[in-house]
Amino acid sequence: MTFTFDPSLRLYIYLADAAFLGFVFLALAGGVVAVGAKRLIHAVLGLATSLVGVAGLYVYLGTHFIAAMQILIYVGAVCISIVFAVMLARPPSEAEKVPRAGPGKLAAGFGVGLFAALVLGSAVLATRWQAEPTAVEGTLQQVGEGLLTRYAFVFELISLVLLVAIVGSVVLARRGRRPTGG
Amino acid sequence: MQPAIFGHLESYLVVALCLFALGLYGLVSRPGFISMLISVELILNAAGLNFVAFNTFLAPDKTVGQTFTLFIMGLAAAEAAICLSIAVVVYRRFRTILADEISELKD
Repeated sequence: MTFTFDPSLRLYIYLADAAFLGFVFLALAGGVVAVGAKRLIHAVLGLATSLVGVAGLYVYLGTHFIAAMQILIYVGAVCISIVFAVMLARPPSEAEKVPRAGPGKLAAGFGVGLFAALVLGSAVLATRWQAEPTAVEGTLQQVGEGLLTRYAFVFELISLVLLVAIVGSVVLARRGRRPTGG
Repeated sequence: MQPAIFGHLESYLVVALCLFALGLYGLVSRPGFISMLISVELILNAAGLNFVAFNTFLAPDKTVGQTFTLFIMGLAAAEAAICLSIAVVVYRRFRTILADEISELKD
């Protein structure tokens, strides 16, 4: 399944392709840093870079709202809270080094990742994808209507899960905290 | 004319596949809690990218993939909050965040 373009737009297509490859590079290079960095803070920065790259790909897919939410939730909230946890869970005196993994673990990780990549990659490239004719255009308004009608139960359930997660993490993090004596 | 790179479904799928494989590699090979959480976030992102790519190119109802990706983001945020507070508590109690060294339920 592919989109086709008017030939007179060729220059713009090339420019758009270059920007697309830039976002792909951000996503993949950030991912490599996220799993390979020696310091935890660098890994979080790599994760944020990768998430920004994926947000760019969401824009190319025509889902601008998802791209905005990606920046807002992932880069804005999740990455920042990971940074907080990194600073809380390790004293600043200790060098923030990720401990070295043994060669066995590295080999196991490499094997699992390569296996998944080969199996899924051959599946992706071998399949002839068939597009269905579009029935619902997928504007933001329709997504919002779906959230409040067809997916209302799931929406409420996710809200509940988030509430439980917030309360649970506050309870967990407060326990065992030394009184400051003030 | 030849469609552009960003006009192929496969290019998005391959990017998502690479992110997924990277996340899997990190999840298996990294020893720390927070490093594992970062890898899980990469995997969830690959899933979200796949959902939106299939949604845009193939699905008849183009709201489904977007809705699911929003749900994935919400769940990822909840999971990150829980996981990080557990990491902080474990660090306070055991003075380490290495998953392998924490083998007792009670100290």
